[in-house]
Amino acid sequence: MMTLKVNGREHQVDAETDTPLLYVLRDDLKLNAAKFGCGLGQCGSCTVIVDGKAVLSCVTPMVLLEGKQVTTLEGLGTIAEPAPIQRAFMEEQAAQCGYCIPGMMMRAQALLQRNSKPTDEQIRAELEPHLCRCGTHMRILRAVHRAARLMDTAEASPAANRSAR
Amino acid sequence: MRASARIIAGIVAIVLISAAVAAFAIAWRPAIAAIDPPGPQSFDDALVKRGRDLAAIGNCSDCHTRRGAKNFAGGLPVPTPFGTIFSTNITPEPETGIGRWSEAAFRRAMRSGVNREGQHLYPTFPYDHFTNVSDEDDRALYAFLMTRQPVRAAARDNQLSFPFNQRLAIAGWKLLFLRHDTYQPDPKQSAEWNRGAYLVEGLAHCGACHTPRNALGAERVSAQFAGGDVDDWHAYAINDQSRSPVPWTADALFAYLREGWHPDHGTARGPMAKVVSNLSSVPASDVRAIAAYMAGVSGASTSDRTGPSEAALTRARTASQANAVGASIYTAACASCHEGGRPLPYGGVDLRLSTAISSPDPRNLINIVLSGIEAVEGERSPIMPGFAASMNDEQASALLNYLRARFSDQPAWTGVEKSIQDARRTQTVFLQTSPAPRNAPADPQQREKP
Repeated sequence: MMTLKVNGREHQVDAETDTPLLYVLRDDLKLNAAKFGCGLGQCGSCTVIVDGKAVLSCVTPMVLLEGKQVTTLEGLGTIAEPAPIQRAFMEEQAAQCGYCIPGMMMRAQALLQRNSKPTDEQIRAELEPHLCRCGTHMRILRAVHRAARLMDTAEASPAANRSAR
Repeated sequence: MRASARIIAGIVAIVLISAAVAAFAIAWRPAIAAIDPPGPQSFDDALVKRGRDLAAIGNCSDCHTRRGAKNFAGGLPVPTPFGTIFSTNITPEPETGIGRWSEAAFRRAMRSGVNREGQHLYPTFPYDHFTNVSDEDDRALYAFLMTRQPVRAAARDNQLSFPFNQRLAIAGWKLLFLRHDTYQPDPKQSAEWNRGAYLVEGLAHCGACHTPRNALGAERVSAQFAGGDVDDWHAYAINDQSRSPVPWTADALFAYLREGWHPDHGTARGPMAKVVSNLSSVPASDVRAIAAYMAGVSGASTSDRTGPSEAALTRARTASQANAVGASIYTAACASCHEGGRPLPYGGVDLRLSTAISSPDPRNLINIVLSGIEAVEGERSPIMPGFAASMNDEQASALLNYLRARFSDQPAWTGVEKSIQDARRTQTVFLQTSPAPRNAPADPQQREKP
């Protein structure tokens, strides 16, 4: 048994040290926002935040997570109370099939937490490890800018208080 | 007494003056008259095209272009043990570039490391190799550079301490280390071999990274190609001391230099990625020649291909028992690609074949584990995620030690954790100042031509 802190809660999970975090999130904790895309750390759809940094959960074994805080998209906001990053993606209609979007949002969130006003170039560089086959890249770019503005003005909103750490 | 003291004083004065005159004579170089920048149309197209290929072989753009900045406009910081030297603007801009340089001035810079104004240039500019370049090739390179887009970008001041900030000191360095030998073909070897030797020893300046340097920063002739340092990467030994588990052949070298990866050796990355990116765009015959010559230089490897032998299996078992953390990380983070059986470039190399793991210096492996390999836009190229965000120093160190124990027959590295801390610091600088690692496209036609 191992202890895993996800979205502010501690879970006891029955996992081997070399089990990828993504499997535990999806299979044991039923947190299905992070997606299995390639399983090789090459597409970005499994991205979650660990201690403030974007991490590819499909190539991150449990042994690396001792004492760390994992944040998944579920930890940012809910359908009733979406976080600024989620609102921004909806308002810009940035998802087509949507498979890559949770990963995109998590890495964008990590970027915005350390740089509240990223330039176009910085967003492109940051999201470089993420693939989107639908081609909604321009909308995703706009959504990240919109999220930056929302976070700037929505400090007091309940969703922002729950933002990842 | 007074008279003899005067005589001695006189002799001392004469010796000092003659020494000063001699030093001046050795060090002093005249300026070469400035010219009006020649128009691009004054150069023959075929000559410019040849110069373009030669500039790619010389990897000129790598040092003379800052990431995200204009081609050949210089300003890239080059770290050396003596301080930081900034590359210069070699676009034909008249005031800040080489627009007022005549061909003779350009040739003198290539041959003797002296700029048009007569100042000695630091040997970071590898004129100790370029001295071998033929008049004909210098002419083509000049034609190519003088037809580039002029960019106004003044050179930045070098950050060197005394006495290295004295350009006169370079004259002394040249006396000791600069040999003005033009390349002499070896009649016993093939024309291809000779072409390769001319390029490798001259314009391609392979030894500038792959040969270790002495305390004064000159290549150690007695240790040619025995491995050196560049930008916080280790340039592997490419002579008979190569640690590559499988010996290099001319065919393997050709494929690697042309495409950026080889199934028996892995991928080119770090500073070498830019080299192969450039070599992918030059005539295949030149890369073949380089490969033919270097295959002779590297000779037979110290160890033969191991294969899935009993010994390797034993190593794998003991390594896992000794280092459970490293083994767990390996299983989840590395094995999915490196044991997936997918061929390169999308799959990972069989780590038993990795030179990075067998090398005496762990830095290249650390760099790649932390930063990964960025995919090249629109091209078929190797890709690997970086793990800097998911592992702390201790965990990365456990992984490195595990890889070394399991996949090489070499003794454990020392100071891995310290090297990881250094790499986290220096790689940030590396990523900010260098062009993105680029690997060769499958089809060189896809690559933009200058």
